[in-house]
Amino acid sequence: MFLIREARWLAKDVRWLVVESPRIAARHRAGHFVIVRPVENSERIPLTVADADRVGGTITLVVQRVGATTTRLCALERGDSILDVVGPLGKPTEIRNFGHAVLVGGGVGTAVIHPQAIALKQAGNRVSAIIGGRSRDYVILEEELSAVCDAVYPCTDDGSYGYAGLVTGKLAELIGDSAEQVGVVLTAGPVAMMKAVAALTRTPGIPTIASLNPIMVDGTGMCGGCRVMIEGTMMFACVDGPEFDAHKVDFDELNNRLRAYRAQEKASLEHLCRLGLNRSMD
Amino acid sequence: MKPAERMKIPRQSMPEQEAGERARNFQEVNTGLAREAARLEAQRCLRCKNAKCIAGCPVGIDIPAFIEAVAEGDLDKAAAVLYEANALPGITGRVCPQETQCEVRCIRVGKGEPVAIGYLERFVADWARESRKEGGAPPRPTGKNVAVVGGGPAGLTCAGELAKKGHSVTIFEALHKVGGVLVYGIPEFRLPKSIISQEVAGLEALGVRIVCNTVVGQTVTIDELLGAEGFDVVFIANGAGLPVFLGIPGENLLGVYSANEYLTRVNLMGAFSFPACETPVLSSAEAVVVGGGNTAMDAVRTARRLGADPATLVYRRSREEMPARIEEVKHAEQEGVQFQMLANPVEILGDEDGWVRAVRCVRMELGEPDESGRRRPIAVADSEFEVPCQVLIEAVGTRANPVLTQTTPDLATNRWGYIEIDDNHMTSIRGVFAGGDIVRGAATVILAMGDGKQAAEAIDRYLAGKRASMADETA
Ligand SMILES: Cc1cc2nc3c(=O)[nH]c(=O)nc-3n(C[C@H](O)[C@H](O)[C@H](O)COP(=O)(O)OP(=O)(O)OC[C@H]3O[C@@H](n4cnc5c(N)ncnc54)[C@H](O)[C@@H]3O)c2cc1C
Ligand SMILES: Cc1cc2nc3c(=O)[nH]c(=O)nc-3n(C[C@H](O)[C@H](O)[C@H](O)COP(=O)(O)OP(=O)(O)OC[C@H]3O[C@@H](n4cnc5c(N)ncnc54)[C@H](O)[C@@H]3O)c2cc1C
Ligand code: SF4
Ligand code: FES
Repeated sequence: MFLIREARWLAKDVRWLVVESPRIAARHRAGHFVIVRPVENSERIPLTVADADRVGGTITLVVQRVGATTTRLCALERGDSILDVVGPLGKPTEIRNFGHAVLVGGGVGTAVIHPQAIALKQAGNRVSAIIGGRSRDYVILEEELSAVCDAVYPCTDDGSYGYAGLVTGKLAELIGDSAEQVGVVLTAGPVAMMKAVAALTRTPGIPTIASLNPIMVDGTGMCGGCRVMIEGTMMFACVDGPEFDAHKVDFDELNNRLRAYRAQEKASLEHLCRLGLNRSMD
Repeated sequence: MKPAERMKIPRQSMPEQEAGERARNFQEVNTGLAREAARLEAQRCLRCKNAKCIAGCPVGIDIPAFIEAVAEGDLDKAAAVLYEANALPGITGRVCPQETQCEVRCIRVGKGEPVAIGYLERFVADWARESRKEGGAPPRPTGKNVAVVGGGPAGLTCAGELAKKGHSVTIFEALHKVGGVLVYGIPEFRLPKSIISQEVAGLEALGVRIVCNTVVGQTVTIDELLGAEGFDVVFIANGAGLPVFLGIPGENLLGVYSANEYLTRVNLMGAFSFPACETPVLSSAEAVVVGGGNTAMDAVRTARRLGADPATLVYRRSREEMPARIEEVKHAEQEGVQFQMLANPVEILGDEDGWVRAVRCVRMELGEPDESGRRRPIAVADSEFEVPCQVLIEAVGTRANPVLTQTTPDLATNRWGYIEIDDNHMTSIRGVFAGGDIVRGAATVILAMGDGKQAAEAIDRYLAGKRASMADETA
């Protein structure tokens, strides 16, 4: 059992959970994720470790409610617990001095770039973060990122806050304006967004790393369900990734594979509603 | 009883759920011999002086001795003989390939059917689990700490043996449950999970500590276990669980699974009772499974139970070369599984929406024997055909998982990534031992258990040596 030390809403349907987990906290590095199983009979789902506190022995998860399992997690309060948390999983982000590092996060993808920003800053980079949301309410972690980045650019689809438009619009501006060359772009978020980021940085040849989010089961390389194609080679995102050279990723295939359980996901959520677990979790 | 009388008794058949019925449920197929049938079967044993069956058993169970005890009705003694050599007879009695190990060497094979050693082993183990009390005082604690990596049959056996010798043992398991392939791979209808949980409870009663959700190499390293965590010895038994794919076009279409993923969803995650269990698995009108081993058989029979009609097995050699247990092949056939022998998939075909719709295969014929001694399958020209399916499962083997070895660079591995050991199961790192599939490559439950037991003995000697040398130093 993993105790929740802190729980709060970051935005509508986005929950911030601080979870007691000393072993994971001690070994966590940027890029790592965990797999959680909230209760017996629920699914195992991957979540990025958004922050880790070695001293306090906790990790932070940022969860967006999209289906049954994330609904269960979002209903948790301080003092509740999660049945299973395993990690840190995956390979850590390659951290070195790239000069100017630009991080592009969309939605809860912003949780992935937060620890990357901290580590890149420590490695001596100038760090800019472009973070996108549908509207003002969906821009998350701006304050936390501002504390570590040289510049943070919030973007909203509806123009209600910050840059009006997609994160790629802001990224194009930044690449064009920058006196110094952008040394690396790291991106995490919806597949369509990562694909657009990769397309934008391909011509100028800016090294770009995408954090992929395929459906996972075990997270240890045992099932192959998380397989992604990287320049025609099959890789298992949970052990070979989840970060890959964005210019080599087959994003369309990733997108297709994310649809595998649409029908079942709907049924699962309906089942949860019938159990009355949709709102409260008592 | 005279040998001639013994020879007259026919081999008892295993009672089982009716095929049509069981093809729709996940309950165990074999229901176990009744007491009287077990006694009769035990009387079939001729009590050979130089019993050949023993040599066929990888852990050397004194087979005639336990069978004689069954014939005499002394089940407690039978159990004692079994447990002496084999910590988990309720499991091996169900999953061992008896037809290539013990039973094939039975003297009766020349004149009919062998003694049903596996059925009897299972009978005694099931009786013992329900009725037998483990006696004996708990061992004196040695004060030594052993970490076991991986809770499959090799790890569980090693942990139990070491605990019985008084060592303090902790099992670190990556998943949320121990059992390894026994819980995520082999289905309920062949090996009920309650058997494994009872065995695990027995280990805990012996004082074994089980820590799940720990991927050694990621959550904690071998160095840390031997250092800050205070373990004297580490036994690595993390299996060979990385699935291999065929490498043909169409493998990323929706509906294509590795057998490991398919079986894990159904067995470990309980997808057969979706949505009560929330992990989904795709069910389909038609399913195809590629392969000919136990894994393929488990996958195709699972697909059948999830409603596939037909559920078809595609295998590139012929039935004789199939590595699966004979009983599984027979059961699959009875349950209505279709066999496409001498067929090899060359491409998985999808519809315009990205879902599997069929697999294109080519006919094979058998040529000269290859290095495995089996006749090599060769493609027949212009023989392509399609088998329609909406779910396709590949059960074409597994490899060593690199997660642990990558983070432990001092650990010597061979060119396939399997860990190298010496005669004492010790790896290239002092105090670190290994066994099971991570040493042998995908093998069997009983071999993994045998490794666990042998390694436990070697570890016990090693720890005794350490104690002795420490005594020397302080003297
Ligand atoms: C390495 C990694 C890190 C991730 N980090 C985070 C994170 O920090 N915060 C967060 O909120 N989410 C994260 N995700 C996504 C998260 O795992 C999914 O949202 C979750 O599995 C959905 O589960 P569910 O039961 O609530 O929804 P479901 O009902 O299973 O799915 C609802 C919707 O989510 C999509 N989906 C299902 N599984 C995944 C998946 N694994 N990844 C992406 N979409 C999925 C489906 O296509 C569907 O449309 C991460 C995924 C990966 C692979
Ligand atoms: C579907 C299927 C059916 C089979 N049927 C039969 C059969 O009928 N008869 C038979 O004899 N054999 C059968 N086998 C083969 C048999 O199951 C294996 O040979 C046996 O389980 C190997 O045991 P093991 O203990 O070495 O490894 P495993 O059973 O693979 O157990 C390894 C354990 O280690 C854990 N682990 C992995 N990495 C780590 C890590 N880094 N840290 C911590 N834990 C880790 C895994 O999660 C797992 O629990 C079958 C195999 C499969 C897949
Ligand atoms: S453990 Fe396996 S090989 Fe040994 S006697 Fe039992 S069934 Fe036969
Ligand atoms: S999630 Fe199973 S192999 Fe990656």
